[in-house]
Amino acid sequence: MNEKKSDKILWQLFKSTFVLSASTFGGGFVIVSLMKKKFVEELKWLDEDEMLDITAIAQSSPGPIPVNASVILGYRMHGVVGSLVAIAGTIIPPMIIISIISVFYTEFRENQVIAIALQVMRVGVAAVIMDVVFNLATNVFKGKSKFYISLMFIAFIATFFFNVSAMLVILLSLAIGISELVIIHFRNTRNI
Amino acid sequence: MGMLIKLFFSFLQVGLFSVGGGYAAIPLIQNQIVDTHALLTLAEFTDLITIAEMTPGPISINSATFVGTRIAGPFGAVVCSIACIIPSFIICLTLAKFYYKYRDLGGVKTVLAALRPAVVALIASAGMSILLLGLFNSDSLVLNFDNFRIIEFGLFCVGFFAIRKYKINPIAIIFGTGFIGTIIYFII
Repeated sequence: MNEKKSDKILWQLFKSTFVLSASTFGGGFVIVSLMKKKFVEELKWLDEDEMLDITAIAQSSPGPIPVNASVILGYRMHGVVGSLVAIAGTIIPPMIIISIISVFYTEFRENQVIAIALQVMRVGVAAVIMDVVFNLATNVFKGKSKFYISLMFIAFIATFFFNVSAMLVILLSLAIGISELVIIHFRNTRNI
Repeated sequence: MGMLIKLFFSFLQVGLFSVGGGYAAIPLIQNQIVDTHALLTLAEFTDLITIAEMTPGPISINSATFVGTRIAGPFGAVVCSIACIIPSFIICLTLAKFYYKYRDLGGVKTVLAALRPAVVALIASAGMSILLLGLFNSDSLVLNFDNFRIIEFGLFCVGFFAIRKYKINPIAIIFGTGFIGTIIYFII
């Protein structure tokens, strides 16, 4: 890869993770949705399956999900250096914001305008996530596998209605995937 | 300096043992910062969580910056934040290497394919919770329609339509709803 192109990728990586991190109100899955829009739909750096795999790894590893996802994304784009650049882009915005706010946090917390803006912004965040979910779910339906479609609904009901933790859902799906593998293996050996 | 080294190891532990995102990290941070080292009082810690929820970024990075700044200024903030992400960096880098090496193997493909619908469901569930929080100011599943916020509902519909139909930039949608919504509240 020539030097100019690699500088360009690193700069784009830093810029994107910086902007996403500065706009992520409300937890790990929000930034994952924004990353999907940016890196899959806009820049076309990753495919959709890859983004879902990165999400699963980031969610089940220790540490903050946005940082975990940036490490993997950065590594994919430009090895260890890419990883470090993506981390910097992800942690600098909250560090700057908190440093500033920690000076006058009582005023910040009690400010009516900020409170209202944060409340209404949630529906904007929800609109973005729902858009991503529509696209992702459409693709699961397009796959036409009744098995995967049911897995999606069962996982949704478990997390949303029964508060089953994301970690447990991922572990159980892994177990299902492995069982599927074992079943396929036995079927094949029997046919031989 | 001694204090800073102690803090470094405290946040290293926070980074290493908080699995599953922001809320999992809160008790760990409290244990290290309030109970073990008495760097913040419980009231200050509660304020910190409130601020962390109101600002973008992971709770553990927010706390590391907040506590680090108090102890040793901007340098302290950098030291604590770095401590917090070292475990993420090492573990995720290792997993990423394995993932990119083996993801095209037949068996790994089968397992990952079963994982993806569940991840879609997790994102959907997080989105639904935020939507309920936005529309009812509570993420309880027992919906109280007296608290239904018609302005937010309108903003959601407009935002969702704009992003699906016109592919408006998601960041513009988030800050746009914040800006327009606040103006509407002040006019009414």
